[in-house]
Amino acid sequence: MGSYHLGRHLKILEFALSSMLRRRTKNLGLVLVFAALVFLLSSIVFLTGALRTEALATLEASPQLLVQRAMAGRHALIPLGYGELIARLPGVGSVTPRYWGYYYDIYTGANYTLLGIGDQGLESPGSTPLRLVEGSFIMPGQRRVCLIGEGVAEVRGTRIGGMVSLRDARGWMQEYEVIGLFASPSRLLTNDLILLPEADLKAHFGMPDDRATDLMVEVYNPHEVDNISRKILERLPDARPISHAEIQRTYETLFNWRGGLLLAMFLGAMAAFMILAWDKATGLSADERREIGILKAIGWETSDILELKLWEGAALALVAFLAGVTAGYAHVQRFGAELLMPVLEGWSTLFPAIDLAPRIDPYALGVLFSLTVVPYIVATVVPSWKAAITDPDRVMRAS
Amino acid sequence: MILHPGILGLLITAVLVLGLVLYGAYLGAIVLVRWDLDSSSEEQLALERKTYLLSTLMGHAMALEILSALIFLYTLEDIHAIFVGAMCATGTLNANPVGWWVLGAKILGLLFCAVWIVLNRIDQRAEDYPLTRLKYGLLLLLAPLLALETWLLFRFFLGLDPSVITSCCGTLFSGSGAGVGAEIAGLPAFPLMIAFFGGTAVYLAAGTLNLRQARPRLRYLLAGLSLWMLGISLASIIAFISSYHYELPTHHCPFCILQADYHYIGYPMYLTLFAATFYGLMVGIAEPLRRVASVEGVIAAAQPRWTRLSMLLFGLFVVIAAWPMVFSDFTLEGYY
Repeated sequence: MGSYHLGRHLKILEFALSSMLRRRTKNLGLVLVFAALVFLLSSIVFLTGALRTEALATLEASPQLLVQRAMAGRHALIPLGYGELIARLPGVGSVTPRYWGYYYDIYTGANYTLLGIGDQGLESPGSTPLRLVEGSFIMPGQRRVCLIGEGVAEVRGTRIGGMVSLRDARGWMQEYEVIGLFASPSRLLTNDLILLPEADLKAHFGMPDDRATDLMVEVYNPHEVDNISRKILERLPDARPISHAEIQRTYETLFNWRGGLLLAMFLGAMAAFMILAWDKATGLSADERREIGILKAIGWETSDILELKLWEGAALALVAFLAGVTAGYAHVQRFGAELLMPVLEGWSTLFPAIDLAPRIDPYALGVLFSLTVVPYIVATVVPSWKAAITDPDRVMRAS
Repeated sequence: MILHPGILGLLITAVLVLGLVLYGAYLGAIVLVRWDLDSSSEEQLALERKTYLLSTLMGHAMALEILSALIFLYTLEDIHAIFVGAMCATGTLNANPVGWWVLGAKILGLLFCAVWIVLNRIDQRAEDYPLTRLKYGLLLLLAPLLALETWLLFRFFLGLDPSVITSCCGTLFSGSGAGVGAEIAGLPAFPLMIAFFGGTAVYLAAGTLNLRQARPRLRYLLAGLSLWMLGISLASIIAFISSYHYELPTHHCPFCILQADYHYIGYPMYLTLFAATFYGLMVGIAEPLRRVASVEGVIAAAQPRWTRLSMLLFGLFVVIAAWPMVFSDFTLEGYY
């Protein structure tokens, strides 16, 4: 009994496909519009997913707890004395000051991140897993050298052995020799980065000797981070402890929100498409009516015609969905999501070209399916049924 | 409200499903009032045609319910990262406790839809639409249930506030805490294991007996047992099965097994468990309908099939659940 039923369904599916192929032009328009819509929505979903993964990968390496100082509600340089106080709290490992800042380059119109590297080098706790593509690290005591990210190298047109000149706080041009180029698991991290010896960086920004940009605090037990933050706030009311988990939550919310907002905007287009699909499915041509009439006359039942119509709808939706998702995937993976990047990314003027690991997320596909195919199928139920109950007698007479 | 693609998809799907079911209930109400099989009026013909539409609407609603149940679970998992204190879906549900009601309503709605679809298929096999009134009466019950589910779903997602500090599964399902979750998590593992594996043996035996002897009482027994085993299984998942999967005696969360860290093993586990319960229940639910002459044959043919399916799915569930108990080095022996 089972194989008979299956065979019947397959035959109806076969008929549906062949009849769609016969009416190629009518369906092509609908498939194109649908695929374009799926392409748009899938680009948004894939891109936000990819950006989120990138940002979180960057964060993996960040320290458990960062302490900044806030003055008048703004970020201010933190006295090194704070670090000594924090280091005395039980449960705190090492406290490492970080020296960094932003630099606006008037020649290229880009913002660079300048990071100072002390004598402990990159092995200090919580340091980021930076990888050099080529060149060497800054040696202790070395001055007037720098390591740069790929983005900086590109806009400045320099490689190893070249020079990078930066205007310091006094307005003097300072030259630094490039001794290394960065690659990182996440290019968001190093793309706009220039790494300088700590002393050079402090001189460049004109930082006082007893101040740092912020403090990296190592906490032995990750569950204690919130407690340590509270203790720091009690002792140093103007400190601003930022925990790893907090940053992570902010990123999550940010990307969810950006993606969700864009999606919500395009859902209006989806609603318009539902109406189009409804209309298309309702307006049967005389030819189609006659075909249904003939099918019924040769013994097809209403349920068979209904199944035929549903198969047609499903096939169309599936083709459009697959085409749209494939195009969206290619858009994000191969072409760096050129159409959407400006809206979704954006915190630096120097955009990294993201190489996202190819990854197909069944959840994202499920969500996309429920945002596109489900409304389409729902919109075509009633028209399909209306077509299926066509009275053969009346149709044949009319033609 | 959190603008998340998954949440948008869920809300849209919920509204569409509700639309389908409300329209179905409206058609069903008309059919209920006007149905007269002996009449050959044009109206009766139109009603009979409408039944095709109704079946399709409900078929779609059912498929969408299954899809959205899976997306719902995964979304709960996915958004937990934005809540302070949350480590899995439990934290998300705790962030706005309406979520627990949504979960309950979803399970109930899914079961209800599935029963309806099966009744509908039985009805369509018969010449004289014998179950029409029952079907459409049930539809009038299903519509408010789904409306409630949709309302709860909206309240849940709209009420989610990322600044709420929620509690993770470690608090809710800890062996020593207070509350239902903790009570179950604290159940002594060894007696529950006996109940679980003993119950499995009884269930499979009852199924086999059902296949050998066609007695109504046995079928009701099977349906009752399937519900009983659902309860025992859920309690066992919390009390010891999950611990084996986590290889951690203090971790009892029934949601963390849905995470990638545990190879999403929770999805096949819950799917097989609920499907097994559903088929087991169907054997009993359909039994009283055998009094209707025109569907007697259809049901009589279907019951052994359901019984076999239920036994097979439940067996699968037990295999998945017990896998690490047999094949991993982890043991709970010290904690009996």
